[in-house]
Parts: sequence; C-alpha cells; structure tokens
Amino acid sequence: MNTPSERGRGLVRHAAALAARPFLSVSNPVQAAGLPMLPKSGPSPYQHLVGTRRCVSPKTQVNPKDACPLLLNLDPRYYQIAALALLLLFGLLRLRFDIQLPQALLILGTVIVAQFVCTRIWKLEKFDPRSALISGLSLCLLARTNSLLLAVITGAVTILSKFVLRWRGKHIFNPTNVGIVLMILLTGGSVWVSPGQWGDFAFFAFLVICLGGLVVNRAGRADVTLAFLGAWTVLLFGRSFWLGEPTTIPLHRLQNGALLIFAFFMISDPRTTPNSRAGRILFAVLIAVGGAFVQFKLFRTNGLLWSLAALSLLVPVIDLVLPGEKYHWQRTAPKLAMTETKVRKGIAYEPA
Amino acid sequence: MNLLRKKNSTPHNHVRLKLPRFIQDTAPSKIRTWFLDLLWILLVGAWRFISPAAIILTVLTSLLFSSNSAKAFCGFYVAKADTKLFNKASQVVLVRHDDKTVLTMANDYQGDPKEFAIVIPVPTFLEREQIHVGDKALIDHLDAYSAPRLVEYFDPDPCAERELSRLRYALAGAHEAKMSDKAGTESSLGVKIEAEYTVGEYDIVILSAEQSSGLEIWLTENGYKIPPGASSVLGSYIKQNMRFFVAKVNLSEKARLGFSYLRPIQVAYESPKFMLPIRLGMVNANGSQELFVYALSQKGRVETINYRTVKLPTGMDLPLYVKNVFGDFYRAMFDRQVAKEDMRVVFQEYAWDMGWCDPCAADPLSNEELRKLGVFWLEESGSPAPPRPLRRPIPGGPQNVFITRLHVRYDAAHFPEDLVFQETGDRSNFQGRYVLRHPWPGTADCAAATQYREQLKTRQRHEAETLASLTGWELEDIRQKMGAEGGSQVNGGSKWYERIWR
Repeated sequence: MNTPSERGRGLVRHAAALAARPFLSVSNPVQAAGLPMLPKSGPSPYQHLVGTRRCVSPKTQVNPKDACPLLLNLDPRYYQIAALALLLLFGLLRLRFDIQLPQALLILGTVIVAQFVCTRIWKLEKFDPRSALISGLSLCLLARTNSLLLAVITGAVTILSKFVLRWRGKHIFNPTNVGIVLMILLTGGSVWVSPGQWGDFAFFAFLVICLGGLVVNRAGRADVTLAFLGAWTVLLFGRSFWLGEPTTIPLHRLQNGALLIFAFFMISDPRTTPNSRAGRILFAVLIAVGGAFVQFKLFRTNGLLWSLAALSLLVPVIDLVLPGEKYHWQRTAPKLAMTETKVRKGIAYEPA
Repeated sequence: MNLLRKKNSTPHNHVRLKLPRFIQDTAPSKIRTWFLDLLWILLVGAWRFISPAAIILTVLTSLLFSSNSAKAFCGFYVAKADTKLFNKASQVVLVRHDDKTVLTMANDYQGDPKEFAIVIPVPTFLEREQIHVGDKALIDHLDAYSAPRLVEYFDPDPCAERELSRLRYALAGAHEAKMSDKAGTESSLGVKIEAEYTVGEYDIVILSAEQSSGLEIWLTENGYKIPPGASSVLGSYIKQNMRFFVAKVNLSEKARLGFSYLRPIQVAYESPKFMLPIRLGMVNANGSQELFVYALSQKGRVETINYRTVKLPTGMDLPLYVKNVFGDFYRAMFDRQVAKEDMRVVFQEYAWDMGWCDPCAADPLSNEELRKLGVFWLEESGSPAPPRPLRRPIPGGPQNVFITRLHVRYDAAHFPEDLVFQETGDRSNFQGRYVLRHPWPGTADCAAATQYREQLKTRQRHEAETLASLTGWELEDIRQKMGAEGGSQVNGGSKWYERIWR
C-alpha cells in the first residue's frame, strides 16, 4: 500500500465496501473486502487523506468499532471540491451558465499555477492546491466575464490576496470574495456576478449537497454558516412581514443557489472567520445585516459579497475582543467546548 | 459499482496518468496522490450524475463557444415575429445609465378610452418635465428590429459551387435594394396629491400615501377600479416610500389631439432602483400575462437578478414551410420553452449593439429615435438614420447603446416578486434566428450530387425533428407539410420523397 495510486485506489475500494454494507452479511465489510483495517494506533493507511482528524477527541483511544465512516474522516476540502465541481457541471449543462468550459478550465489552471508560484515566492513548506482549487471553482460559479484575460487576472488576484493581504498570520479576506469584489471595482463592470443564474430550479438538491458539506465538516465551522442563514432568514421574513408581503417573496429570495454558495463555501472559510465561536456568530449576523442594508437600502446587487468584503476588515478586531484558537486545516479541530473554556481562561489566544 | 470494480482490477501501470512536469518535480508522492484522488472524485461524481451524451454535448458546445460573438451572420432575412402575436402583451422600454432611468410603457389596450386607467408605483416624485407622452411607432420599430427572425440560405450546386455563390451575391443586392426602399417610407385618507398634470391625452396625478386603505378609498372614490386584494400590494409599496403615478385619459384632450389609440407614457427619474413593479398587475389577472422589456444600456446586456434569464433557442435549421407559418412557430416555440422551464424564467430574445444588425429584421434605430425613447447619453448632433441595413459597425451611427430584449410570461404563482434588473458587462451579440436551407434544385448527376442528395435526406429528417422538439408539433404532420410544400423545390419537382413518407 505504499505507492500513491494504490493508496488512491484503496480509498475508492474502501468507500465502495462501506457503500455496500447494507447488502453484505459480513460483520465488517472493510475487512471482508480484504482491505487493511484502520489501526488502533500509529499512522492510518489513509493518512494522506485524513490528516490526523478523527471523529473522537484525540486524547481518547480510538476503538475500531467507533471509527467513523471514512467520509467523515476526510479532509473537508475534498468534499467541498467535489460538491463545487458537481454544482459547476450542473450549472454548465442544465442551467446554461454564462461561462464556457474552456474559461472555467482556464480559471482553475490559473489559480493552481498562482498558488504554486506564490508558494515558491513566499517559501512555504509545501504546495497545497486544495484551497486554491476551492477558490477557483467558486470563481467559476460566481464570476462572469467575456474576456479570458480578465478571467485569468481574476484568478490570479484571488490567490494573491491570500498571500498579500494578511494580518497576524491569517489572510484577511475570503479569496474568492475579495477577488470578485476587486475585479468588479477595478474593471467598472466588465467582471460581474449573475445572482439570477441559479433560479429556483433544483434548489433542494443544492441544499442537500451543501448540507452534506456541514456533516463532513462537522467539527469545523458550521456555526458561522448556520448563524448567517438564521440571521438572513429572519431579516428577509421580518422585512416582508413589515411590508405586508406574502411569504412567497422571502421564500423566493431564500431559494437561490448563489446564497447557498455564499453561506456554505464562502463565509464558512475557517481561515478568514473569527477564531472564537462567539466572534463567528457575531460576524455572521453582521454580514447578514450588512447584506440587507446594501440590498434593501442602497438597492445594489450582490449585497452579501460587498458586506463580507467590508466586514472582513473587522475580523482582527473581533479576534482581539473575543479571542480563540487559530484554525489549521490539517489539525484535529479543537472541541469547541474546550476552546470556549480556554477562552474564558484567556490562554487560547496566541498572537502569531 | 461495476465501473469501480473494473477500474480497481486494472493493473496499476495501466491507469498511470501523465502528470504535469511541475507536479512531478515538486514534493512527488503527496501531490501525485492528491492529483489522482481528485481525478477519481471528479470522475466518479461526473459519471454518477451526468450521462456520457451530456458530456459529449458540453465538449461540443464548448468547442463552438465563440459562435455567439459578433461574427457576421450570413443569409437573407425573410420574416420576423413581432409582439403583435401575443395577446395581453405589455411593452416596456427601460433606458438606464448611472441610476437614471427613462421608462416608456405601451400596452395594447383596445377598450373604451374612458375606462382606461393605470396605477404605477414609481420610486420618486415626478415633476411635470419628467413625464412625456411618446410615440408608439418608436416601440414598434424597436420591436421589429429586435424580433426573432428567419433567414434563408440556398444550397450551392455540389457539382459547380462557384456559380451559385455568384447567384447569391446577385440576390443579396436585390434584397438590400428592396430593404432600402422600405426604409425610406418609414418614420384625511392619508393620501397626498403631490402634483396633478395633463400631459398629452392623459390626466396624471402623483400620489403619496400613508396607508394602503386610504389610498384604496381615494382611488375608488375618484373612479379607479381597484381589484380586491390590491390593498396589501399597495401597502408594501407605500412602506417603501414609493409614489404612485396614476393616469387616466382626458377625453377632450384626446379628441383635440386626434389620436385613435393611446400613446405610450414616458417617465424619467433618478433612483438606484432598477426594477419593474409587476405585482400590482397580477392582483386580479386571469391567467398569465406577457411582457416585453427592451432595455437600452451603455455597458452591456441587461438581465434579471431575481429570476433566471435564459436565452431563447436559436440558430436551428427548420423545414422550408416554416416561412409561411413563422408567427405560429414562434408562438408555439415560446409556449413550449415556457412550459419546459416551468414558467420561472425570463427569456432573452435579442442582445445587440444598436449600431448594426445582421441579418436585419428592421433598420437599427437612429440617434433621433433613440433620444426620443430617452437615451439621454447620446450627443445632440447625432447622425441621421442609417440608410440601409448595417452589417458592421460604422462610425457616427448610434454608439454606446446596447439593446436587450427580454420576454417574460408571468403570473403570481411563478413570479412572486417584482422584476429586478442589473446591467452586465456582457456585449456579446445574441439573436433569435432560425434558418431555412433551400435544397439545390439542379438535376446534374455527378458523384458529389449523389452524395449531396443523400445528405439532404438526413438533413431534412433532422429539420423535422428539430421543429417537432422546439414546438411540440406532431412529427407526422410536419413531415406531411414538408412533403406538400417542398415538392417543387427538390429535384425539379420529381417529388422523390413522397414515396418515402406516404
């Protein structure tokens, strides 16, 4: 099981064995399929995929019976990449998005190359294109332009923002968000976002895919997504109630694929949200309020994107007031209750 | 599952992928693993959800991705399908730039002018000078210019192609001459009355209100028929600080002016709101309504942001007999597309730089006409109307005006909220254009001709199928009509295909 592709195929076989579980009478389908069991201790054969994340606290001894299904152990970014790619394919084939396949591939190529170059320039330990790919896929889903050159620049700006716009070891803005907002501002509208492109078609399928992301990322930062969706729903329904509008109006506004992308893949980015849970919830509510202000008071489109870009500047302040532990993709996510205890004791905050 | 097992049983070296050089060179094993894993995830996901046919289709469409750009479309324009085909159709021209909007509203009201009245929520107060009564001919021209169109091509002689191309040029000249001739001939209730004007044949009142019940009573007392249920809709506009533009016909003015129909009303205002209030009109509407929006903008295409904007199917080859029933075809196709999208989308029928067209269903509008429609950014000293159809942009013609024609069929169940628009930076041209290809009428018997006739059969079969799928018409009927109409055009009237289909 040492060569990389064997390990890759191992994953597929493992997943297939788990999927077949209801149809098999053997007690452990993984074992029955002749695959190595997850060891009680020591490195997992799927280490490269799993990192050191486990479903249980790292201090607890892992019992094979309690070992959670592989998907839950996966780095959440794999799920995000698969989900975004699926949404993109669906958008291209069924919803006839205003982006062509070559442009999408160009954007994806650009972000990976940009990530590689930046890794070299900033002399990072290793090149990891996963986050870049998520940013690239989000760009393909949201940003629209007629010019291939602008598409490339958008991709490059998005990745560069991660390396350039930093504060105390964290990048300040969600890369996709700042990439799009900067390009809209700089090009005077030659790059735009089409929030209407999703319609309300297949909305619930989108929702399921996005919720799946929460399950995979359950130890991660679902709080910011849920807090935002809650606040946004309250604002939309509240406004319609005040205006005496029928509930079909706020429901129609909620049934939007762009909103899901924003809530599940953009503001949930753990690297650009506040470190503490209280801070994240505050952040999410502020974004919803800001988005509603732009949309319903200023009557501008893409209120949430502007709101997120502007309020990201507040994150360092929120981190100062409500400190918490910095997030690392590859590390076991700290148990939140523990984090909060640490916050109360004031020991979790380490300025980088 | 089968697929996965099969792949798994393949020896490792058979599935080895050639990785990009930079990936091979850097941190070898981890990245390669990552790359392969990602490919697996994408492939498996794609295989599960997308049929191979759809993948092939995407590849093909992406290869042809530049087909909508500003290339010259050849072929001769033969017919257009204008808005008169639809009953209960409203037409609206939205001129928009920098938060300034000029709205022109025309409707096909046919009843007694005494009974005519409209109530339109507007974002701001309107001065007398901000209201104008426009010319219906301008909207008709805009309609004709942007309507879906039929073009025809003539197959070349497969034995001697050169000769036919000469013929084609000759025909093109004749056609353009004809078009230019045509162009020459054409030319305590809490209600506050903020202002009252008489503009043209209309008496106009600008109202603001504190509550919907007061407004409703005022309107009823003043002879406006307000449908039950309008109150809550009026209420939501009142709370958004919108004013109400209320107009009815001043019969004596109308008699003095001598117009037999009601002219479109135009209002100009400055507000960040780029929307059309459609909710009030849906309160007591029976069935769906038809709306055409002609958006004139500076930067590029206009689209709705709270509903999907979908391009009308275009560029298909159709059977020749469609030339005689193009109106029916357009209506049937639109009905079918609306049903296919569950009546939840706005259709884009035309998007083009106003400086030209190709093929032209009507001449582009002149600077003068555009200014009358409210295009305020054009300079005063504009050039006169282009004398003939323009196939390429010319300096001095109307510039910086991009037209988007949107067509929406709506009702309250499918369109709960007002239409909100945005201007995009997209200047790529789009038109609803359908193609008729006349078969080569020759009888020569060279090898190329035999091959051509074989291909023709396939082509005509495809044309019939395309028409059936676009309109929902019966394939059998289509074939029969093709047989009846096309008889004299193929093989000099030998009617070879009648033996196939009858």
